[in-house]
Amino acid sequence: METKVNVTIDGNEISANPSQTILQVATNNGIFIPTLCHYQNTTNVGACRVCLVEVENARSLVASCCMPINPGMVVRTDTKAVRDAQKMVIELLWSSGDHNCLTCEQNGQCELQNLVYWLKIEKPRFEIETPGFAIEDNNTMISRDLNKCILCGRCVRACNEIQVNEVLDFANRGSHSKVGPAFDDDYIHSNCVFCGECMQVCPTGAITCKMAKFAGRPWELTKTRTTCAYCGVGCQMDIFTNNGKIVKVSGNREYGTPNEGSLCVKGRFGMDFIQHPDRLTKPLIRRNKKDDLKEVSWDEAYSFIADKLSAIKKINGADSIAGLSSARCTNEENYLFQKFMRATIGTNNVDHCARL
Amino acid sequence: MAGLAAAFGSGAMTNSIAELEFTDVILATGTNTTENHPVIATKIKRAVRQHGTKLVVIDPREIDLVKYADIWLRQKPGTDVAVFNGLINVIIAEGLYDKKYVAERTEGFDSLKAAVAKYTPEYVEKISTVPAEDLKKAARIYAKANRASIIYAMGLTQHISGTDNVKSTANLSMLCGNVGIEGGGVNPLRGQNNVQGACDMGGLPNVFPAYQQVANEDARKKFETLWNATLSGKPGLTIIEMMNAAGRGDIKAIYIMGENPLLSDPDLHHVKEELQKLDLLVVQDIFLTETAVLADVVLPSASFAEKDGTFSNTERRVQRIRKVVNAPGEAKPDWEIIAGISTKMGYPMNYSSAKEIFEEISKVTPSYAGISYDRIEKEGIQWPCPTAEHNGTKFLHKDKFTRGLGLFHAVEYIPPAEVTDKEYPLILSTGRVIYHYHTGTMTRRAQGPSERCPESLIEINPADAAKFVIIDGQMVKVTSRRGVVEAKACITEKSPQGTIFMNFHFAETAVNLLTNSALDPIGKIPEYKVCAVKLEAA
Repeated sequence: METKVNVTIDGNEISANPSQTILQVATNNGIFIPTLCHYQNTTNVGACRVCLVEVENARSLVASCCMPINPGMVVRTDTKAVRDAQKMVIELLWSSGDHNCLTCEQNGQCELQNLVYWLKIEKPRFEIETPGFAIEDNNTMISRDLNKCILCGRCVRACNEIQVNEVLDFANRGSHSKVGPAFDDDYIHSNCVFCGECMQVCPTGAITCKMAKFAGRPWELTKTRTTCAYCGVGCQMDIFTNNGKIVKVSGNREYGTPNEGSLCVKGRFGMDFIQHPDRLTKPLIRRNKKDDLKEVSWDEAYSFIADKLSAIKKINGADSIAGLSSARCTNEENYLFQKFMRATIGTNNVDHCARL
Repeated sequence: MAGLAAAFGSGAMTNSIAELEFTDVILATGTNTTENHPVIATKIKRAVRQHGTKLVVIDPREIDLVKYADIWLRQKPGTDVAVFNGLINVIIAEGLYDKKYVAERTEGFDSLKAAVAKYTPEYVEKISTVPAEDLKKAARIYAKANRASIIYAMGLTQHISGTDNVKSTANLSMLCGNVGIEGGGVNPLRGQNNVQGACDMGGLPNVFPAYQQVANEDARKKFETLWNATLSGKPGLTIIEMMNAAGRGDIKAIYIMGENPLLSDPDLHHVKEELQKLDLLVVQDIFLTETAVLADVVLPSASFAEKDGTFSNTERRVQRIRKVVNAPGEAKPDWEIIAGISTKMGYPMNYSSAKEIFEEISKVTPSYAGISYDRIEKEGIQWPCPTAEHNGTKFLHKDKFTRGLGLFHAVEYIPPAEVTDKEYPLILSTGRVIYHYHTGTMTRRAQGPSERCPESLIEINPADAAKFVIIDGQMVKVTSRRGVVEAKACITEKSPQGTIFMNFHFAETAVNLLTNSALDPIGKIPEYKVCAVKLEAA
């Protein structure tokens, strides 16, 4: 155990671990400090300067996300100097991009928009000058509008530090800075594998889910937590629906085990099969080998199968019947399937594709 | 799984996914983790880049993980046992093994030592082409670690020597005292969402739920009482044996729930003939799959997003799935359909919900006894979880193996069932790509992944391409003793010289028309990773 140290934040005496930052200590104690570039499990970079706080005897305001606490430190998070600085930062960010909430998919969950509102900014005091980047719209999964990018670098850190795909980085300098793959390529022409982590961490509408565009605004969506149905990792995911239609998928935002909020391309962008028009919707029977499959009722299908299986069992014995349960189905269904084969039919001829 | 069960007494991933990020050494073999388990790969990559973990990769293909590896052993496909015996040979010769652990917790060391004696690095180099010095380096990295984890997947098991390959990993891990500790272990990464659960639930021909043997009279009596039925004590047939029995006319009816053997099984021409001979083929699925097209009855089932239930992930963690949307048309959850048929056959199954079935599962499955829907509402629990107070098990075999002492197995290298010759000079190996999943039923209907990977590619080494006069992007024909397919060539150093790689996601390029159905004698896994083929311009 590290020896705790005492600090004062907004007049509250707090005892905390010395390796923590001011931001961590404040957050753990219910004191809100706004942030934009900060993202859990990635390096603290202090890029956006929104988390500025006043520290007694410091020469200037300090970025709370990067400043470790010291014994006896006295911190103030809501002074006029702090708010003025935060307003300046937000107004500069606002005026340097095309932050048009009317058509933005992030409207209602944009962290820049939230801070504009929280800081009560009517409009920026600077003229709005958008950088004029072309919108990257040439793949079906991710849209990128760098005119809405605030260069917080979360996507770069998510790509390099969370997924470790090492595709994204900053390019150019100063007001020409931008984020993207090497050689200024589009995602689709780079070696990006479309895990979508950058999209999930983007605080604004710069990186958004293309399939979700115009499919429902954030407050219209219903979120259901479930487990991904692809590989054996069992990622926890949130599926968003609007009026019974699946709109998009995100890694579960409780960031728990086993995936800590991450997904891969299949989990995030591979779910259109669920509501695909090819889905089977009715039981089908072929009464004679040469016939086509014909739609029937469930009761007819059950009777047909039950009669056939009973007859085969009677003539050839239970071991002439076999069943394949499935690594795709639930535990409950696999349990019931093997119970059916063993107890109802009377054979142990049950297997599944574990070996394939 | 049979290999681990023989060595440890339990055939599941010994440790947890999260531990990979914080271990000293990871040895990855037969797993293209970045493509098949991308989220586990993030942890391996973070371990290497951020936490100083050393990574040893043993794989014939230059997979993405090689970029992150400290050392890469590129063995000839199918020579895994030789490589592992070689690593063990070096570790014993240099006295780097955990003598205390071997003495106290294992048995069979002397026979292992005798068996690996001839697998000197020089001898192994002759078999596998792995340079002797590299083998020694890798052996030292693994043996000198405080905690080292072995991960593997189907690249290790889909060989006729699959069970022996797995036993080799168990040998190496126990030799260095890595089983039963946090951050260690032997960790098969399961390829399908609920393959662990399907095994746990007794979806296997020889066991009831929780691996209770059907041949064991006590187990059988217990289930006869619980289920109020007379049960057979004769172990049943495995999937490939079923197909063969159908071909002989011994199996008359097959009921398939959510599987597509007509794309996933080896030597497809035979599978189709065998399925067509049946008196009754019932296929229950979400799409009209290649297999369903042959069926006498097709039953529409609900997808995972349209029902409640649980999946058990690769690290034995039982997690909830929840109903997100309604099933289309008259499609029903699989459990409702099974219950409907069973009830019609005079064995009533009256369950009102998946939860009610789970309650029965926890009654009859000792390793799941302490798990309930309420307990896994927020976070899944890892079995074994014997009581409602138990927190689940992060890693297995702590202090004691499931079977008591860990058992070393003396295993010998045997060549693959089919070796190359003049007519079929190349090795074909098969697997998945990141954008698709298994037989493609789901991902090929997903726009994004299909856009990124619209067609099957044959990965060919530049030297082989030159030899067979093939250029990048050209259509080529691949022929084995069993069939022929065509696809586009992708010239890449990823494939070693003499080996081509194809995926099995595309029905129009059904690579399993080519593969060999030769089985591992114990695991009954087909040898998907090695068969002999020839290559020519199409």
